[in-house]
Amino acid sequence: MSSAEIAVSGTEQRSVIPTLKLGTFLLMLPLLLWLLLLIILPHVDLLIVSLREVLGYREYAFSLQNYAEFFTEPLYWNTFVRTAVMSILATIITLIVGFPVSYYIAKVMKGRKRNLLFIMCLIPFWVSELVRTFGWMILLRESGVLSSFIQWIGLVDGPVEFLYTDATLMVGLVYTSMLFMVVPLVSVLDTLDDSLIEAAYDLGGNTVSILREIVIPHAMPGIASGCIVVFMLTLGNYLTPTLLGGKDSLWFTEQIYNQFITRFNWESGSAFGFLLLFLSSAIVFVGLKLSRQTLADTVK
Amino acid sequence: MIPSLPQSKFSTRLYAAYITLFFIYLGAPLIVVGVFAFNDSLFPSMPWNGVTLDWFIGTEAPRLGVFNDSQLLESIGFSAFVAVCVTTLAVFVGTCNAFLFERHSFPGKNILYMFALMPLVIPGVILGISILIFTNSIANGVEDSLGWDLEILRPGLFIVIMGQFAFVTTITTLVISARLRKFDNSLEEAALNLGATKWEAVQTITLPFLKPAMIGAGIISFLMSFENFNTTLMLVGSDSPLTITMFDRLKQGSTPALNAVSLMLMIVSGALALFAVFVQRDKSNNEG
Repeated sequence: MSSAEIAVSGTEQRSVIPTLKLGTFLLMLPLLLWLLLLIILPHVDLLIVSLREVLGYREYAFSLQNYAEFFTEPLYWNTFVRTAVMSILATIITLIVGFPVSYYIAKVMKGRKRNLLFIMCLIPFWVSELVRTFGWMILLRESGVLSSFIQWIGLVDGPVEFLYTDATLMVGLVYTSMLFMVVPLVSVLDTLDDSLIEAAYDLGGNTVSILREIVIPHAMPGIASGCIVVFMLTLGNYLTPTLLGGKDSLWFTEQIYNQFITRFNWESGSAFGFLLLFLSSAIVFVGLKLSRQTLADTVK
Repeated sequence: MIPSLPQSKFSTRLYAAYITLFFIYLGAPLIVVGVFAFNDSLFPSMPWNGVTLDWFIGTEAPRLGVFNDSQLLESIGFSAFVAVCVTTLAVFVGTCNAFLFERHSFPGKNILYMFALMPLVIPGVILGISILIFTNSIANGVEDSLGWDLEILRPGLFIVIMGQFAFVTTITTLVISARLRKFDNSLEEAALNLGATKWEAVQTITLPFLKPAMIGAGIISFLMSFENFNTTLMLVGSDSPLTITMFDRLKQGSTPALNAVSLMLMIVSGALALFAVFVQRDKSNNEG
């Protein structure tokens, strides 16, 4: 940073009308380079590549063939819908599992114990996703801990394979996203005044009606941002479907990877990538509109 | 509902049991990964054959421990190199962005801020392929027009660094901006009144104030980079960072050496994460 970059600061900047000064521009340069070279241009290029057809070595023509291929090939289309449906399901399950936990941390626990529980919630997610998934594999594989345990207590005679089913995939997906649901829920529930719950109780409310009329409406912004983040992460997940779902997991990111790395078909891979980006943005947009939030709010 | 309201013992216990189950669910995968690092068996699976330290210090081929596994050690080196580069870049650009967004007004500010948040909503795999395509286009363009083969833009550590930097910077920008927003501008003005130049004032007053956030953002960047998988997978060349090496071994079926390296990873990242939490907490105490 040079002295020019900070030339506009302190009291001065509040009075200036928005024009671009040299100092501001220099400070903006890293931002512009970052966004232009690593975010905007690559995605424009992704769009361009998805809209072309290979004629020969480095010879291309404009074509919608890659998108047509997606809509006419049932495997791709089914994988896309399946990924979306499974992600929505995983989001709902994460919310249902995570809400009571967040409520417990924010409202039932106090002081030291509360902070300890909260940190215990966070720590697992600082561990690589790869390690967590590996843990689930050790627990659930045919020669794994769960299989041995139910043999030992005499529930079954032979080893049982728990991996490579949709249920296992769901367990892994919910596990991976839990943090991103619990953190916004805890912070929104923290702001709910206990006396509101007490008042509702004094007025004759029971657990169900208090939850429905006081707690959940108050927690709505947290629920919305948690759900949006969890949905996006699940949709873009590659590791969990590949390792826990096995060969038949049919996750859309796996299709993208296969087109790119295995089949070296960058054109249709780009089209798939763009479709996934579109689906993710569209659902996030609808979610934000429904909950009347902006992306900037979700981040805070 | 809350402790101040009367409630039946049964429902309180049921709730506590649910929370216990939840934490077992959270902890179980991590605990088994750690425990099986010490299993005296060639596979990270049951049965339990007793305790061994071979998976850390073993020297011979089927029982090669982490500390003697040159491939794993090398990939840890690559990961650390990538993470240091990403952290340095992301904290620097994040700090610039924080000053830009918190202190300056300019046309198009809101649109730029929205673009700066975009990496949060782009799935890692997509970010990876778009950067792969773009760097490849540039490399091909340069090769066709100038005849230079830009090896640096082909899949490899450089574009892995670029790919991770692309989304980590959003996080550092948010963390450092949040801290800068709490800064009392009159402190800087006082320094200016006392004869400091703008740069001296920022250097002696503002940057030290931002230091906890910069350290916190740095730790977060380092961990995110070290543990990143999705973006890295698309951009990696022949030098594999740790997560890619572990993934390849996991698919092939591996010895518990993988558990040993996971356990070390867990301990180091857990300690770093706790340190990051500690730095953040220190911050709120200072402000009173």
